[in-house]
Amino acid sequence: MNELNAWAAVGMITLAATAGDVLLAYSMKRVGDVGDLWKTRGLGAVVGRIFATPTFFLGVLAMAVAFYSLLFGLSWGNLSLVVPASTSLTFVANALAAKIFLHERVCRRRWIAALLVATGVILMAV
Amino acid sequence: MTFRKYLVLAGITLFSTLGDSLLARGMKQLGGASLHDLSGLIFAILNPWVGIGIFLLLAFFACYLSALSWADLTYVLPATSIGYVMVAVVALVFFHEQISPTRWLGIALIAAGVGYVAGGPSLTPVRHRRGELESDQPEGTLPVRPAVISEEAQL
Repeated sequence: MNELNAWAAVGMITLAATAGDVLLAYSMKRVGDVGDLWKTRGLGAVVGRIFATPTFFLGVLAMAVAFYSLLFGLSWGNLSLVVPASTSLTFVANALAAKIFLHERVCRRRWIAALLVATGVILMAV
Repeated sequence: MTFRKYLVLAGITLFSTLGDSLLARGMKQLGGASLHDLSGLIFAILNPWVGIGIFLLLAFFACYLSALSWADLTYVLPATSIGYVMVAVVALVFFHEQISPTRWLGIALIAAGVGYVAGGPSLTPVRHRRGELESDQPEGTLPVRPAVISEEAQL
């Protein structure tokens, strides 16, 4: 039962984390380079512009769902199962989602990197 | 990529690794959470390990947002996964844990992936509003992003 719960948590973490990452990446691209903005207009402008982006809050909400799923997952399953499994799945899901929703050009170099990292994470968990 | 930007990427790695470890330790101390007792989950932040873990994860979040403002998601994620390697090294050096050959292979694969993506461009050209693709940029240069600029011009 705990095993099944842990895998359900892994699925939930993957889904919510991917949605959160994509929404946050989209929001921050709209905000623009934070370092430059801070230098020219100050920290207040950075915070103000982030808070004026509605998708930012959706992203934070998705991240909160992922975070609480992680807390549940960690109490049900082993750290060495839940974290590597959800992280490696999130890597591949993110590459797909970034290509579809953010129109990032996921070149061969990045696909290979995502697959190398995901495989590496799984091997570390074995 | 400037030195400051590499520092931000290092911050992502460090804070998320430490934050996750502290959370795991705290949650193990509290025992299993249950769906029927959600209050246990809310009071979990009162546990010092969980509290410090959350604080570190907030620092991670600030660095993460900063990185996403100037780099692609598909660059930031692999480039910061060197943290898994760091955890293994910490486990080996400080806790004298045994690291199996498969685990070393995993570590090598992650390191290879990180090095491979970090050598590429951090920001790829975006599709223009009208749908055509920007011309190929040489690797390592930051292309101008016409979609964002035209949006700001309209404001």
